[in-house]
Amino acid sequence: MFGMDVAHSCASGLNGLRAAGDLVARLQMAKGMRITEAKRYVADKLGVTPRDLSDNQAMHERRGELRLGRVFETESTYYADPSPLEAKWHISELLELPINSVERLKMGLSTGYPVAGRAGRAT
Amino acid sequence: MTQRLPTRMGDGSLTEMTRSEIKAELEEGTQAAVTRGKVPPLAQDELDHLLDIFASAARFTGVDIGDEVVLSKDGSGTPQLGSRVDALYACEQVLAHDTVELFHIDYSYKAVKTIVPFEQQLMKEAQERVTVPVHYGAQPDLGRYSTPDGPCGNWSELLPQMKIDEARAAQEEAVELAVADMVYVAESLWDAGADGLNFDTAGAAGDADFLATLRAVETLRDRHPDMGIMVGMAAEVVLGTHGRLEYRGTRLAGLKPAGQLAVVQQAGATVYGPAVNTNTSKSVAWNTARALSFVKPCMAAAQIPIHMNVGMGVGGMPMYGFAPVDAVSRASRACVDILRLDGL
Repeated sequence: MFGMDVAHSCASGLNGLRAAGDLVARLQMAKGMRITEAKRYVADKLGVTPRDLSDNQAMHERRGELRLGRVFETESTYYADPSPLEAKWHISELLELPINSVERLKMGLSTGYPVAGRAGRAT
Repeated sequence: MTQRLPTRMGDGSLTEMTRSEIKAELEEGTQAAVTRGKVPPLAQDELDHLLDIFASAARFTGVDIGDEVVLSKDGSGTPQLGSRVDALYACEQVLAHDTVELFHIDYSYKAVKTIVPFEQQLMKEAQERVTVPVHYGAQPDLGRYSTPDGPCGNWSELLPQMKIDEARAAQEEAVELAVADMVYVAESLWDAGADGLNFDTAGAAGDADFLATLRAVETLRDRHPDMGIMVGMAAEVVLGTHGRLEYRGTRLAGLKPAGQLAVVQQAGATVYGPAVNTNTSKSVAWNTARALSFVKPCMAAAQIPIHMNVGMGVGGMPMYGFAPVDAVSRASRACVDILRLDGL
């Protein structure tokens, strides 16, 4: 894992939650957007330039301001930051992109019942 | 005396070559793709750039700031990281993956079908603990449907006996079963909140394996417009174990990356992952040049993101479970710099 995953992350990765790679990845996976278009879309929504998307310092601050979730270290805990589902709710609104887990949470909150699944169907 | 530079072989072993020898490896690698894949060779400026990347004694290299791409990770986690969901969380928080993938060690849709409720429970937990996209991944694994593991005839035994019609019929029967299993598992994990599905090593059992994948993707796209669907291939050429199978008029046997991309796009996937296997007796430089040549024709034709497979034994990477960072970083940078990939 050190040799493969960490090396790729450092050599060419957008670095996920540490920067803004997860946001670009969401547009690629859900919409099939290519990298240049997806970077531009996310940068515009964040109010930054595409190059800033891999700048972990700039993105750490911006994610905190917009409550998009972020990594934490021993020296800097963020107990008031959003939980993952809340962060994804904010990401969904920012990117104007439905996120499956968030949509299911919304449905559950509005109906008071869990969303029906294939196994253990609620209805 | 000409300086000898440290470099790697395709089995991961360290060796030394002169700059001229590395240059020759790169030229031979692209020519190997021309011969095997009927693709154009890399341009001279691309070979020159690859030479700059590989003819270096530096321990590590990387793309320019601003050129980074998405790292979509199959099979996220390792036993040292705790439970499977703990591992996803660690991959997000510590390893900076752009996406993570929940998976079962028996990485096969057929096998996973029997334990789907437990995988759903883990996916629900993962979605509550992880912010980056969490996919579910497994392999189409058509061979599991043949005897003695499955109900269909074993085409690997029938073909050497020259029972061609029987081998083809067995594969056609297996396709129907595999499509049903993949759709069932995919929809189950989607119901549990997954951000997408990964069909990994598609075509590993040949053209029937690939057809099953395409038909599963087509069904899922029709039913779930927002589902992320990634199709990662097994090899640079689809084997014709059946030989006559087509998808929307395209014969699948013999398809190379550009042809694979075309049918994956038609089926409705959102990400395509080409795979080019590594020759362990050749250098990483040779293998990288060959892999890039195979994939390059995809880049202009792609309407969806291309996430090239650059893991163990593919995309120029050594076939070694504990990859050296010097080789990984060179292959990683080379893929992004030369192809302008959308991700890895």
